[in-house]
Amino acid sequence: MALIAARGLGRSFGTKRVLRDLDLDVAERELVLVTGPNGSGKSTLLALCAGLLAPTAGELDVAVDRGRIGYLAHEPLVYRELTALENLDLYGRLYRVPERRERIGMLFERFGLWEARRTPVASFSRGMQQRLALCRTLLHDPALLLLDEPYAGLDEAGGELLDAELAGLAGRRTLLLATHDPGRVGRLATGRLALA
Amino acid sequence: MSTSLPNNRTAALAAAAFVLLLGGVALAFYWVPNAPLEGFRQRIFYIHVPVALTAYACFGWAAWKALRLLSTRDQRYDLESYTAVHMGVIFGILTLVTGSIWARTSWGVWWSWGERQLVLFLVLFLFYSAYFMLRYSVEPGPRRASMSAVYALFGVVLIPVSFLAIRLAEGLIHPVVFDRDIGSNLAGSQLLTFVVCLAGTLALAASLYGNELTGKRIDERLRELREALE
Amino acid sequence: MTYLADVGALARKDLLLELRSRDTLPAMILFVVSTLVVFNFSLPAETGDLAAYGLLWVAIVFTAILGLTRAFAAEREQRVLDGLVLAPCDRSAIWLGKGISVVAFLALAEVVALPAFGLFFEPVTWELVAAVALADIGLAAVGTLLAAMAAASRARELLLPLLFLPLVIPVVVGGVGASIADDPGRYLGFLGLYDLIFAILSWASFEYVVTE
Repeated sequence: MALIAARGLGRSFGTKRVLRDLDLDVAERELVLVTGPNGSGKSTLLALCAGLLAPTAGELDVAVDRGRIGYLAHEPLVYRELTALENLDLYGRLYRVPERRERIGMLFERFGLWEARRTPVASFSRGMQQRLALCRTLLHDPALLLLDEPYAGLDEAGGELLDAELAGLAGRRTLLLATHDPGRVGRLATGRLALA
Repeated sequence: MSTSLPNNRTAALAAAAFVLLLGGVALAFYWVPNAPLEGFRQRIFYIHVPVALTAYACFGWAAWKALRLLSTRDQRYDLESYTAVHMGVIFGILTLVTGSIWARTSWGVWWSWGERQLVLFLVLFLFYSAYFMLRYSVEPGPRRASMSAVYALFGVVLIPVSFLAIRLAEGLIHPVVFDRDIGSNLAGSQLLTFVVCLAGTLALAASLYGNELTGKRIDERLRELREALE
Repeated sequence: MTYLADVGALARKDLLLELRSRDTLPAMILFVVSTLVVFNFSLPAETGDLAAYGLLWVAIVFTAILGLTRAFAAEREQRVLDGLVLAPCDRSAIWLGKGISVVAFLALAEVVALPAFGLFFEPVTWELVAAVALADIGLAAVGTLLAAMAAASRARELLLPLLFLPLVIPVVVGGVGASIADDPGRYLGFLGLYDLIFAILSWASFEYVVTE
């Protein structure tokens, strides 16, 4: 059963067409790599699958509820004036995460943010913000993960943490991953989509 | 997409509008007897009020199309709603102009805050002008369509609320010095003239609407074809 | 009810944000007091005492615009709104939570403005306070929705006043009427009606403003 099904999917921004006539099928528990040069529509495709954008042509069917989708964007989607803990607490409430405190603590420890949990995000480095964004994405244990350049900004240690996380998720959850560096996750991929 | 069928209907409407308006204006200026209090200059009523009612009808039509857009998410309704607002603004401006002329001939002033319809249309004109500013400052797409639709719905709700506000304000701000025989009891020849004029303005609005909509759809189609060729 | 819990979490977040950054509320307070001072210089000597009430309402509306321009600033800068919209909660909860914080800021600004007005110009009556309270709800309801629209546009701060002012003319009428008329109840009732109609409309249509 296809979790994501796209037929003739297209998306334009004004007169600029970013995606054109795309067909896509992603089954459960697949890990699909989306590759392509800058401007090829990788981010747009993920935003469409997340439901943030509507198609301007064709059809897109995502058989997952909003509450079970995890979306990692270019921006961390957190409030800079709030602490890491306050941010995830808010998302935890909105996503109705059971045992919220424990889950947040566990993610912070896993991604090395426990010490910084009470500092405002504004003082975070780029790498720490990316780790926080990953925590936010994984907080509610989503069935479908849409990750836009998840390795961007991560240092070596962060990268290794993410490798481990992805290895653990592959085969258990469905992932759509946009990346410039397909080599890193290549062995986990069950499918590839190259956008022109 | 064929453009010939709507054109036939639009052409028929335009012809009907021409006949009705010509007839209506003739009736208004030559046939209908003078109004008891105001005399000859009251005749602009037969243009002013139908134009105002047509503007309301356009805004209402825009709100209906907006509602359809929001409930079906079919982008087709965006252009229809937008064109209807455009028509509404045109007739709104006409309402303001004819109302101003009427005020001038009745009372010697080009504007009166005591004239409820004028004030209401001024507020609506401001509101729907902001509609265009909204559309110009958002990139074309589903988002702009939704926002425009919500705004168009707010507009149609604003009409009665504003009218009520203006009535309430009369006690506070400017005294209602002038009174007017609106002719709420239209009878016989007056009623016929009014109805003919109203039918004419509605037909005019409908034909302009159909014309502009067709034009915009052709533009859209042209753009799609151009993109497909790239 | 999870809906109210969501609203509570979101409203608490907005109040917390303001507590940390402390930029919007002080600006609103300073703005409204400065405007009142400007009024002293703009009202000719012979104008009646009642004119001041009219100007007070203008000041309130423009202070609201100031606050609303900042309402979605944090969400817009970091595109956090996307994160909130993706959450499974009802999108109208975002409107309600944000609206509550806007009312709170307006009310706090008025806590300073009304005594100042009473000091500089005319006495503050109970009807005026009631009118201000009702007006705050209407201004926040409509303003929060329009602020979200403006945040999604290129024109942003320029667009909000244009969208906002025609819609809140009835609020000004109701407010001024309640302040100076002989039967303020009629105007207070009108304000209540405005609040009801536009709050429901804004609540129901917010979803369509933030999604596609």
